[in-house]
Amino acid sequence: MNPTDTGNPDYFHRVVDCQWACPAHTDVPEYIRLIAQGRHTDAYMLNRQSNVFPGILGRVCDRPCEPACRRTRVEDKPVAICRLKRVAADLKGDLDGLLPKAPAAGNGKRIACIGAGPASLTVANDLAPLGYEVTIFEQNEVPGGLMRSNIPSFRLPQTVLDEEIGMILDMGVALRLGSPIASLAALLAEGGYDAVFVGSGAPKGKELELPGRHDSDRIHIGITWLESVAFGHIGSIGERVLIIGVGNTAMDCCRTSLRLGATSVKVMARKPRGFFKASTWELEDAEEENVEIIVNHSPKSFVIENGRLTGMLFEEMEYELLDGVIKHERVVGEVVIGCDDVILAIGQENAFTWIERDIGMKFDKWDKPVVDPVTFQSTLPQVFFGGDAAAGPKNIIWAVEHGHQAALSIHNLCSGAAVTDRPRPGVTLSSRKMGMHEWSYKNDYAPLERRLMPHVSLKERFKKLNIEVELGFTPQQAAQEAQRCLNCDIQTVFEAKLCIECDACIDICPVDCLTITHNGEEADLRARLRAPPTEPTQPLYVSAALPQTARVMVKDENLCVHCGLCAERCPTAAWDMQKSTIHWPQAADGGASCRAPKLKTA
Amino acid sequence: MTFMAKPKIAHPEMPKNALGLTRRDYEGVNSTLCAGCGHDSITAAIVEACWMDAVRPEDVVKLSGIGCSSKTTAYFVSGGHGFNSVHGRMPSIATGANAANRKLTYIGVSGDGDTLSIGLGQFCHAIRRNLNMVYVIENNGVYGLTKGQFSASADVGSTAKKGEINNQPPIDPVQLAITLGVSFVARSFSGDKAQLVPLLQAAMHHQGFSLIDVISPCVTFNDHEGSTRSYAYTREHYDEMVHTDFVPPAGEIAVSYAPGETTAVSMHDGSRVLLRKVEAQYDATDRAVALETIQQRLKQGEYLTGLLYIGSDQPELHALNGTPDLPLNQIPYAKLNPGTQALAKTLARFR
Repeated sequence: MNPTDTGNPDYFHRVVDCQWACPAHTDVPEYIRLIAQGRHTDAYMLNRQSNVFPGILGRVCDRPCEPACRRTRVEDKPVAICRLKRVAADLKGDLDGLLPKAPAAGNGKRIACIGAGPASLTVANDLAPLGYEVTIFEQNEVPGGLMRSNIPSFRLPQTVLDEEIGMILDMGVALRLGSPIASLAALLAEGGYDAVFVGSGAPKGKELELPGRHDSDRIHIGITWLESVAFGHIGSIGERVLIIGVGNTAMDCCRTSLRLGATSVKVMARKPRGFFKASTWELEDAEEENVEIIVNHSPKSFVIENGRLTGMLFEEMEYELLDGVIKHERVVGEVVIGCDDVILAIGQENAFTWIERDIGMKFDKWDKPVVDPVTFQSTLPQVFFGGDAAAGPKNIIWAVEHGHQAALSIHNLCSGAAVTDRPRPGVTLSSRKMGMHEWSYKNDYAPLERRLMPHVSLKERFKKLNIEVELGFTPQQAAQEAQRCLNCDIQTVFEAKLCIECDACIDICPVDCLTITHNGEEADLRARLRAPPTEPTQPLYVSAALPQTARVMVKDENLCVHCGLCAERCPTAAWDMQKSTIHWPQAADGGASCRAPKLKTA
Repeated sequence: MTFMAKPKIAHPEMPKNALGLTRRDYEGVNSTLCAGCGHDSITAAIVEACWMDAVRPEDVVKLSGIGCSSKTTAYFVSGGHGFNSVHGRMPSIATGANAANRKLTYIGVSGDGDTLSIGLGQFCHAIRRNLNMVYVIENNGVYGLTKGQFSASADVGSTAKKGEINNQPPIDPVQLAITLGVSFVARSFSGDKAQLVPLLQAAMHHQGFSLIDVISPCVTFNDHEGSTRSYAYTREHYDEMVHTDFVPPAGEIAVSYAPGETTAVSMHDGSRVLLRKVEAQYDATDRAVALETIQQRLKQGEYLTGLLYIGSDQPELHALNGTPDLPLNQIPYAKLNPGTQALAKTLARFR
């Protein structure tokens, strides 16, 4: 194999599994170290740079980082990355002077954002400091989009939303509440905007057209119902509630029902566990509240007696599974389960009734606008999409990244650069060596288990709708949890010409990820590694030929715990521990200053 | 050394040996030697050999004298017995222990100072007795613990770190051992585990004294240009004469060699040592050939490495003395201590 090109920003980025998995590429290990040092404000600001809403995401992020966490390769549970983010938000100090500000004089460009959800707010957050005049149009009387209307306040307090949205509005962003856009054509023709960003989400709940669906007013669409609860239009529900669907919305519906008077809540699943869409932690939280999850029941019809909903008829299913895939399914019986209310939580869709189809914007066969997946530009050059509006229902952190990328495109467009001419990601490496065996990070492996999130007692939490269930880590818990981070961003960087092949690093590596051997093709090299071959998707770090024997140093990146012992044991400092800072471009890096690509990406 | 201990976590799919133990189970405490010391690599090779051999950790006896090398017995097989003796006196302790319990695996680790200067007499007599042990010399040509003076194995013309030239001829433990009638002698290099690990395994199975002289660069005092024990010099003057593969009892010979290329030497327990000759005329079972070739190559400045001589017909200590098969602690007390009358009778025979 050729020597690994560590100048490629993607190489070390991939090693930081959490950062690589995060759509916004948050520098997770760095902010965890800041928390460990008690620098909560700095940790918050570092988070904010990439994910804009640390307080919100620290509570309700879908956490793609955690399943990716390297810690799961040596023990069961990942670092509680998401909840540490909340710690930074909870314990941060005064942000005065730290937040980005709009310049005194604007650049004369005007941008309209449709919908005040995370995607639009991110666009505003990125563009306002560059001098843009940003106006957000929101149909509701409060900003936040689905973060406000669909996430119950016992998971995400209004105050947290208000604070983080306020930081963006305070940059001089205009927010027009109660202003639904009825016509894109009119906005484009009369608004005088240089660009329009559509961040209107996927606001339409999916229907379940079964017999009896429209014969009762006690059958609700999940996201509409949650919105009515959030805005105070609905304050109660029947005692027995059935939730159809097992996604995260279903979990919010069942837990909200419990707070509005339901005593028996059943979540009805068509398939067995393992096919559930809800995140495991949301399932756990619901089951902790004694929500019953009933599997293998496929809804057939609503039971209406004398004009009143009395229950639902289900087919009882049986599945034959092979390697986790359903091979056969059959109906083995039918059962009526009694209820007072049914909530349908089986998905949501986009709704673009307000976009005229004759304004030159292309729509695909699913009647969704055609949007470039990199630039987020529609086929109308001055209109951009992001968040659920662009990609269908995803989650907040994706909406944030879409917002960043769309803002970059808009900045390019408005400053005369091509939207496709985007700055490349970059990486800088800087040594963490302080002395003979001293590193400016805590390199010893901490054999600690994941801290448990303290919850409000089951008795207390149902008293009011907006009692936040999760209490957040205490500073002590946070300090311990922070030690579990393996500092994957402190990279093992190897300088072949210094190596004397003494084997010291190989002998000391606790997880056997180093090998000195003669070079070969990748498959051949992998077969000769000291570590048992495990994860072929994880890269090999191959050195240049070593001076004494012309063999190569090969590191299997899969299991490295970044303890730095290779570098501590190395007599010639051929190994060094260096922090990789990934620079993921945002709007401020684009515009007219956008230069030809210098660094390549994989 | 490192300032923190090697974390206890390991690769979750680390292979296990016949006892269900991983290599990590044969490790010892944190090394306090200099980072990059050859001795640490030898320690790792011993760990590897003990693990591959599935020797029970409690059946290992680790013996040493004084010096950097002698510290290393703490760094492997924490579950074994250990004795850190007086400078150069490890062979006496080994002899006593071995006399009392012949069933254990004795691994002695010594250095060029401990063996060739202060302990030379003890070393010679352990060979003469054909004491059943593995004797590893971690040979770096300097007294590292006292800041790098020449040792008795330093080559003529080699220089110390600050430039002094050594004028005294070296003692070569391999040649010395062969002339003393050693039954197993090898030379290896800390930087070549592929060679060293099978040698250690073979040595552990050999009945009698097994000497392995391992060139082990002192990274602090003797890894410079004037040194003949540096990593670079050793690699340049490294001449593998016989490659050894160890085949455990009832194990199959997995590697295939051209006919006439290998010689298999059977050990008492059914294991075999496969000698793959790199040069056809070399015969590792012929003492005279071994000695002559080593001397020739040393004259050319080459370190001949590999299993240089193996003899399987020499009786070891217990056979020479006609001692019982059982360790002393397994012999019934009455038999072990027949009483004052029996003692008086024995004494009477000498009156």
